[in-house]
Amino acid sequence: MMTSHRTWDSDPVLSVEHLTMRFGGLVAVNDLSFSAGRGDITALIGPNGAGKTTVFNCITGFYKPTTGMMSMRPKDGALHLLERMPDFVVASKAKVARTFQNIRLFSGMTLLENLLVAQHNPLMIASGMTFLGVLGIGGYKAKEKAAIDRARYWLDKIGLTARADDPAGDLPYGAQRRLEIARAMCTGPDLLCLDEPAAGLNPRESAELNALLLSIRKDDGTSILLIEHDMSVVMGISDHVVVLEYGIKIADGTPTETRNDPRVIAAYLGVDDEDVEEIEQELDEAAGSEEGRA
Amino acid sequence: MLPLGATAGGLNFMEVFVQQVINGITIGSLYGLIAIGYTMVFGIIGMVNFAHGDVFMVSAFFALIFLLLLTSWFGIASMTLALILVMVVSMVLTGLLVWAIERIAYAPLRGSFRLAPLISAIGMSIVLSNFIQVAQGPRNKPIPPVTRDVYTLWEGANGYPVNLSLKQIIIWVVTALLLAAFWYVVQKTALGRAQRACEQDRKMASLLGVNVDRTISLTFVIGAALAAVAGTLFLMYYGVVVFSDGFTPGVKAFTAAVLGGIGSLPGAVLGGLLIGLIETLWGQYVSADYQNVAAFSILVVVLIFMPQGLLGRPEVEKV
Amino acid sequence: MNSAVKPSDKAAPDFGRALKDGVIIAIIAFALLGPLVGLKTDQNMANELILQNHLGLAAILSAVVGVGRFLLSAFVYPRIAARGNRSKAAATLAELEARARVTRGLSITGLIFLFVYPILIISLFGVQGSIKWVDNYGVQILIYVMLGWGLNIVIGLAGLLDLGYVAFYAVGAYSYALLAINFHLSFWVLLPVAGILAAFWGIILGFPVLRLRGDYLAIVTLAFGEIIRLVLINWKDFSGGSAGISSIPKVTMFGIYSFDVSAPNNFAKVFHLAASSAYYKVFLYYLILLLALLTAFITIRLRRLPIGRAWEALREDEVACRSLGINTTNTKLTAFAIGAMFGGFAGSFFAARQGFVSPESFIFMESAVIVAIVVLGGMGSMIGVALAAVAMVGGTELLRELDFLQVVFGKGFNPDQYRMLIFGLAMVGIMVWKPRGFVSARQPTAFLFKRKTVSGDLVKEGHG
Repeated sequence: MMTSHRTWDSDPVLSVEHLTMRFGGLVAVNDLSFSAGRGDITALIGPNGAGKTTVFNCITGFYKPTTGMMSMRPKDGALHLLERMPDFVVASKAKVARTFQNIRLFSGMTLLENLLVAQHNPLMIASGMTFLGVLGIGGYKAKEKAAIDRARYWLDKIGLTARADDPAGDLPYGAQRRLEIARAMCTGPDLLCLDEPAAGLNPRESAELNALLLSIRKDDGTSILLIEHDMSVVMGISDHVVVLEYGIKIADGTPTETRNDPRVIAAYLGVDDEDVEEIEQELDEAAGSEEGRA
Repeated sequence: MLPLGATAGGLNFMEVFVQQVINGITIGSLYGLIAIGYTMVFGIIGMVNFAHGDVFMVSAFFALIFLLLLTSWFGIASMTLALILVMVVSMVLTGLLVWAIERIAYAPLRGSFRLAPLISAIGMSIVLSNFIQVAQGPRNKPIPPVTRDVYTLWEGANGYPVNLSLKQIIIWVVTALLLAAFWYVVQKTALGRAQRACEQDRKMASLLGVNVDRTISLTFVIGAALAAVAGTLFLMYYGVVVFSDGFTPGVKAFTAAVLGGIGSLPGAVLGGLLIGLIETLWGQYVSADYQNVAAFSILVVVLIFMPQGLLGRPEVEKV
Repeated sequence: MNSAVKPSDKAAPDFGRALKDGVIIAIIAFALLGPLVGLKTDQNMANELILQNHLGLAAILSAVVGVGRFLLSAFVYPRIAARGNRSKAAATLAELEARARVTRGLSITGLIFLFVYPILIISLFGVQGSIKWVDNYGVQILIYVMLGWGLNIVIGLAGLLDLGYVAFYAVGAYSYALLAINFHLSFWVLLPVAGILAAFWGIILGFPVLRLRGDYLAIVTLAFGEIIRLVLINWKDFSGGSAGISSIPKVTMFGIYSFDVSAPNNFAKVFHLAASSAYYKVFLYYLILLLALLTAFITIRLRRLPIGRAWEALREDEVACRSLGINTTNTKLTAFAIGAMFGGFAGSFFAARQGFVSPESFIFMESAVIVAIVVLGGMGSMIGVALAAVAMVGGTELLRELDFLQVVFGKGFNPDQYRMLIFGLAMVGIMVWKPRGFVSARQPTAFLFKRKTVSGDLVKEGHG
């Protein structure tokens, strides 16, 4: 899988070309090009302040990039130029869903409601743009039932079915992260962008997350793009790693390739030799544990 | 509808214009003084202190009452002395009032539900205007003119004069002096530093030993003292005050703060002057009836098209 | 500071400190009340302003404030401090459910009471005596309930702080007044027209401003409200200016019976009853009751539809909404327009009830009162908003009844003038006491197994 077959070159779901984002005088992302392969788990890594979240915000339409082109090809074969779309259209038309670094759940709404809000657009049509729904005609009930079933499917998948009717704000941290992923998946995306999904998780939760992401790719056929610091997640499950430093891409390849890239080691870990050794060790351990599992 | 000078068909265009600019700067100075209160409070705790306009009105009443007290009960003849005393007393009492308001109505709500302080401030605004209505009566309160001195700068065609009154000079000078003093406090003193620290990051400031609660209280008090200066000058300039005088100047001063860039102190003053000028020129050249509509429309337009104002920092949405 | 205090000390109030607090507060109060209350400005025969000495009154008031502070320091604060830990803990689900049951019970009894209220009043006070209670209390409160429920969609559900709601009330009122007078259309035709016009204005005003955040949105809506009022004052050909519009036609009972005294199908004449305006008032009462209930019914339905859920999600987190593909501008606009529509309905009812409209009825204070009702009620809660309307409008209306106080305070005492003062104090007091309003818990709109009440502590208030 990690060998010569590079999906991101042959069949990219997302291609970012010459993306630059400036804030006043600060260049957060500089002429970045990379692709995410269809069905791949692509990891975007880099030290703090490398511009990873900025890239995400550009892809998902929250920022308008200064220059650059981002093309998204969902399964239906259409081509969407993301830089021309407002944020909500990126989600609804181009089928890109995302989570946030600092979790953004609807904390006063129940888990089920969170997952129903994610199905807003189809449900809106089902309710006859509200007009028929208020009058109680147009078969909205059945469509809502289907939406609840879909929510149930995801609650089962993240293991939170028993808490379906509790407010999202009451969940422990790790469960909130999973719920946010499930909520993004309820929009039926072709590309799922995860901003540090493993941040703050304990090792067990982190392993569960890996399993969840792998199953999302396998069962739902959704490609995943993730920002991550947790090397066990990055090396454990990703097919493709893109490394950023100061807004510039310094490496791009399979996890094995990037892991051994001296530029990555130097940049990502700083130039201090001791640190390098330490981290190399960590990386090896992570790789070892991956092999051990396999 | 057109005022006297303008009927001469552009004959005195220059004179009319200059006269209106003089008037506009005068009113604008008052708006600027009030606007500082809005902008400082918004800067430090992100709250629109809705009662600030009514605080201004109450301060004018303090000035009115003490002016009467000094002239009729104590028989002080020197208007200059009376004015200075009245202004100081009004500043102190208004500061005290706002300190009490902040302690009672705003401080307990800090860090709670975001709308609560705004609603509380609206409630306070209702309380202040109605309290004055009940305590001082609902009628206009006219005072005899403090001074009638007017200097004619020059005369245009048909003897149309461009006037600068002593009252206007007083307003300009007092505003300039107080702004300078205020600027010094904010830029050079420990209080100013504490204020700016709280503006940046309240939690961090408190960790570094800044007494955040006291700093916020003092911010309110300073804003109130400047509003009291405006209140006293307002009374002197127009010679009349009524309990409902807080709302419109309040909204206009807020407009000024927003126009200048909320959170920016020079912005508040600049915004005040601009609002004053726009208002008088609009009244002169467009329509006196729709003068207030103009002020509100500016507010809407500025907020929609440049919410960061003239001198404010643009905001990047945090995702 | 007090953590070292022994438990036995807690019971005995610290009178020394309380006394000091009381005295200081009394002095501060006198510094402020001395001039403002103690020295009343008044005009003498020569129209000169003079000062009247009421310093005694100011001293009494200051003493009252000081004693109040003393009592608070001595008795109330220690008790609150002792209870502090318990009350701060979040309410358990059981407590929430119990409260929710009480609220539900209250809604049902309240509803039954509302329907029998006029009958009850007529049997108690007679036909003529009922007018005051049905009109001043019943109709008046219900108008505010309806306005509160309409604005609740905007503030409570969508989390958009609208301080210019009265503008839509004005649009509704003037739509009915002008169209009824100029085109002789009936109330029943114009009611929907007024609603649609108000919604239309909601969209026009909402479109440019809804991307503004929080307080800015509040101020812009306030400015819009004022602009509409000022235009109504100044555009005399259109609106009659400050003089307003009078002789607005009354509502007919669906065209079958009229309440015009001169009309042949006058209600009282047809049924051979003594002529009285009471019948019209009772009719109006039921009309506004039904309009308010229509508002409630539609709101409850909307909440369970995707649009309602999107509103609440918007209140919780707008950025997350956009990431889920929700067009937040449209979602906000619908909230604004639907809220405005109910304001328009209420406005046309108001015009028909008063028979007279003028810009005076649509001042900013009206918006503030409605916002206060929504926030005090607990944002999003229908019953909370209704309770707040009863308390704030009914409560201040009751002040008009306190004429007996003249015995205590002397002949010139007019309790009515303290109405808004007390209203403002209540606003501040309730905010300090319960910043989330009377009913802050939230009922979920869908459930998998069991509907559980959501604690108000988790519910966000929206970005504006």
